Amino acid sequence: MMQIKSLADLQALKQSAHEKMDTRIKGKRDDLAQVKVAMATCGIAAGAKGVFDHLLKAADEKGLEIILTQSDCMGHCNMEPTVEVILPGKEPVMFGNVDNAKADEILDKYIAKGEFVEGVIAR
Amino acid sequence: MHILVCGGTGCSASRSHEITKNLQAALKDKGLEEQVQVILTGCFGFCEKGPIVKVMPDNTFYTEVKPEDALEIVEEHVIKGRKVKRLLYTDPETKEHVADSKHMNFYKKQLRIALRNCGFIDPENIEEYIANDGYAAVAKCLTEMTPQQVIEEIKLSGLRGRGGGGFPTGVKWEIASKNHADQKYVVCNADEGDPGAFMDRSILEGDPHSVIEAMTINGYAIGATKGLVYIRAEYPLAIDRLQTAIKQAREYGVLGKNLFGTDFDFDIELRFGAGAFVCGEETALIHSMEGKRGEPTFKPPFPAQSGYLQKPTNVNNVETYANIPIIILKGANWFNKIGTEKSKGTKVFALAGQINNVGLIEVPMGITLREVIYEIGGGIKNGKKFKAVQTGGPSGGCLTEKHLDTPIDYDNLIAAGSMMGSGGMVVMDETSCMVSIAKFYLEFTCEESCGKCSPCRIGNKRMLELLDKMTKGQGTMEDLETLKNLAGVIKDTALCGLGQTSPNPVLSTINNFWDEYVEHVKEKKCRAGACKSLMQYVIDPDVCVGCTSCARNCPVNAIQGERKSPHHINQEICIKCGTCIEKCKFNAISIK
Repeated sequence: MMQIKSLADLQALKQSAHEKMDTRIKGKRDDLAQVKVAMATCGIAAGAKGVFDHLLKAADEKGLEIILTQSDCMGHCNMEPTVEVILPGKEPVMFGNVDNAKADEILDKYIAKGEFVEGVIAR
Repeated sequence: MHILVCGGTGCSASRSHEITKNLQAALKDKGLEEQVQVILTGCFGFCEKGPIVKVMPDNTFYTEVKPEDALEIVEEHVIKGRKVKRLLYTDPETKEHVADSKHMNFYKKQLRIALRNCGFIDPENIEEYIANDGYAAVAKCLTEMTPQQVIEEIKLSGLRGRGGGGFPTGVKWEIASKNHADQKYVVCNADEGDPGAFMDRSILEGDPHSVIEAMTINGYAIGATKGLVYIRAEYPLAIDRLQTAIKQAREYGVLGKNLFGTDFDFDIELRFGAGAFVCGEETALIHSMEGKRGEPTFKPPFPAQSGYLQKPTNVNNVETYANIPIIILKGANWFNKIGTEKSKGTKVFALAGQINNVGLIEVPMGITLREVIYEIGGGIKNGKKFKAVQTGGPSGGCLTEKHLDTPIDYDNLIAAGSMMGSGGMVVMDETSCMVSIAKFYLEFTCEESCGKCSPCRIGNKRMLELLDKMTKGQGTMEDLETLKNLAGVIKDTALCGLGQTSPNPVLSTINNFWDEYVEHVKEKKCRAGACKSLMQYVIDPDVCVGCTSCARNCPVNAIQGERKSPHHINQEICIKCGTCIEKCKFNAISIK
């Protein structure tokens, strides 16, 4: 534990404490993209766990702030792993057959720039 | 993933600590204790459906969770990503599950400023408070602003005392700062005494550091180095969290000597109250802290001139303090855009009574009663009709249907014959008798009157006797006139604020429900069916088959009649317990 002796001390402590609470603070915000990875039995069998871990790591590396959660079966077992993305104020969009490369593309293009990415599952 | 469990008094009573333990055990069992954090927070406000468990970051809001549900939440939600549907909140109108708390009507219209951290951070961990801009406001004040600038900022914000009176906080600080003395004091009034009110308790339980930070700012602004929190001993959890918070603040160096490298010192101590209503009045509170009898004294001198130990003292309420840090950080001009012309910011209300969503809410000033009751509160219980809402506790009054669209602020409530008070809001439906309600509050005042001045000590007692007469069907029209006169006299002559406002429940019910009073007096009738002495249980001889069930179950043998012929209730013996109605299978008994 540190004694706070100056404004700089406080800011340093805030920074480190903030990181620990990141998950919660993000949830409070309305301006972040929500990314849900379907993690039912079929999804996991098709490699959803790997995609989830990759998204977690890649988003961090790219400095993209997203709310990444798992979800239950989205009902498109033939196209697992499936990933749903909700950009703030937009309709949810679902991507099928997502592998690590596709995951990167979704992050770089759709989430970062709002550009269209192939592989959207029509509802 | 973070799992937040409500650790407020209400949810704790419904075993939320056990839920936390079970969640942690289940997570450990599955080897997930590293990835998933379980945090006991302050009150979420939605007490009606407690205990609350919220999963972040997706804001999944589980209601009425039992300790046994912990395993299912871990197995289904945490591991498989499937929400536990049966624990989700169900919208009463659409009957659909609402998973995300952002979409719940209860939260949609709320604006949480004073409650900003309640139900979000762990109140027993100072680092979580710091992560959410905690202690940044006091740092800003100490390193960048002069005391005068701090006072100007609070004045500009338009913040008014949330304890009830609504005195401008900045002006109060300014007066205290201008009185010079070798020692000054900052006092936080946490003696929340209104029946049914729990705003201050929830803030202290959910975000104690905000109050500590604000008191320090207050100390800097007026030149005080000592802070005292006067808190009632009936709030054990709040006391506990506050003590933990003060200890941590000292350890981290945000309380104590040379704060933030400046030469400003500040420390806080607690003083416990024994739970007398009058000790919420600032002069009585100060006397109680000094170890004297908790009796008010005449103002002036104001505490800002001569308060605790005859030194200049600034007394503010918990909720007022909770607003201070964020005003300093976001600026007075952010704060004074919220609310109405003369009442800025938000107000926390404790919703209680015959309303669907009982709980703690924070709304911008100027919201209408209709929005609070029907949108946030979810309407009246069991589809009954709205009759009145009591605000301001024993010092306030009743608002009726005609006030439903009045914007709620200090001045409008006073104009309507009530007051903001500390924020209790008791909603009543058509089965509430207004004479009985006035009697209830007067009973409270009589019990809590300190006895120092005769208008309050004797006057209120006499009023209570008159009301009692009326509810027993013995009132006269002269009694009603006396009641009105007496109320006026007490209002004009009582010593302290509590005495002066004690006739308000009577006056406002007389003004708004005069017909009901007259009915009680002239027709000896209580339309709400609440005054037992004015009711008669009657058996309809045409419907009664003479089964003897009622007679056999009557605890006082008030029912007579031959088997297989209609029975009759002897009104002189009947105690109106209602057992006969319950026991009658033929609906032959009714209340008149």
